[in-house]
Amino acid sequence: MYSQIVKTDGTGVKSLADMTPEERAFQQRIDADQKIEPKEWMPDGYRKTLIRQISQHAHSELVGQLPEANWITRAPTLERKAILLAKVQDEAGHGLYLYCAAETLGISRDEMFEQLHTGKARYSSIFNYPTLTWADMGAVGWLVDGAAIMNQVPLQRTSYGPYARAMVRICKEESFHQRQGFHIMMQMVKGSDAQRRMAQDAFNRFWHPALMMFGPSDKDSVHSAQSMAWKIKINTNDELRQKFVDQTVPQAKYLGLTVPDDNLQWNEEKGGYDYSEPDWDEFYAVLSGNGPCNKERLQARVSAWNDGEWFRDGLIANAEKKQASGEVAA
Amino acid sequence: MSSGKTSSNTDVEGSENKEQRKQETPLWEIFIRGQHGLNHRHVGSLHAADAQMAINNARDVYTRRNEGVSIWAVKSTQIVASAPSDKEPLFDPANSKVYRHPTFFDIPEEVGHM
Repeated sequence: MYSQIVKTDGTGVKSLADMTPEERAFQQRIDADQKIEPKEWMPDGYRKTLIRQISQHAHSELVGQLPEANWITRAPTLERKAILLAKVQDEAGHGLYLYCAAETLGISRDEMFEQLHTGKARYSSIFNYPTLTWADMGAVGWLVDGAAIMNQVPLQRTSYGPYARAMVRICKEESFHQRQGFHIMMQMVKGSDAQRRMAQDAFNRFWHPALMMFGPSDKDSVHSAQSMAWKIKINTNDELRQKFVDQTVPQAKYLGLTVPDDNLQWNEEKGGYDYSEPDWDEFYAVLSGNGPCNKERLQARVSAWNDGEWFRDGLIANAEKKQASGEVAA
Repeated sequence: MSSGKTSSNTDVEGSENKEQRKQETPLWEIFIRGQHGLNHRHVGSLHAADAQMAINNARDVYTRRNEGVSIWAVKSTQIVASAPSDKEPLFDPANSKVYRHPTFFDIPEEVGHM
């Protein structure tokens, strides 16, 4: 999940009887699967929680470009380089759709950037892991984008209109990302022994971080109930994680890769795999800024913002000059 | 997609540094006409300093997969929208006028296609 822990505002889930008439009408519209649109009345907690969730998601798209950017200049062929460029460009676009969706709730894009750059806002823990070999590009596409799709498909039905519409666009584009990653893995495992080892090594390093993308276990997920009542969260973290494991294990088998989990076992009764929980201490450490690449990622992001300042200033100055001289500038 | 409002609400977290922030480039609403000659359709919004940049950005953001053959960009502040509170007076009267739909009229089968 790209928004792993979102603090939910409000006083917990109220029963319809305990709500104010406005809150009740709002909840009944959500229960009837109607979309909430920007200018309509909404509880303050709904607005604030959504801003946190959507901006966290947007930041993840933005920072998510960085681990892959590392390999644009190192891609093994021109075709792979062009494909990777297209994928990274998509991520920028996804960030943009989401920032625009959040802006409709009354926060500006620069405010959200500021929250990211000052460390006030979170982004997905997964992007704080390094991408050490070309096989990591395969593992990232296959597992990270795979986990993202798992989370984003249900969010197309989320109650907030602009968020749901952004999700529809993103899901349409995301499937290319996962397939290109799996395709890289397919080629690696068909290659030399060294390439197969590289593919297995990438899988080993990304498996548990990918499982962490869905956020903490349901028993530790304190914010879920209100968000689910508001339909800004559709499935629980563990439901999605289980679905991801069940989908990915057969794909790993197809590739001839070994899932790095000795406890992995098919459970006939529940119709899914039993698997080891990821290391949650590591998860919280990475999320609070102590992962392998947190500093590097944030530094790259802040530099890009600061280095681009003269250009943003120039664009605005030029637009103002054109407007002043009576040209059709806007 | 947008309410056309780029200024921040004071009740939203993170607003405290408002004075230090520079002016943002304006928000534009983007409309794309697809391949098949249908109307331009709203696809989303983006920031751009001027009209030319809005078109260029729209091309990069919204037509990377052959989604369009024509782009309209309109400053968000120029959009006039109906108010959510006017929903009933504006749209409810249509509910009682079902005779505006062809299916309201039963035509005997022997008349054939009409």
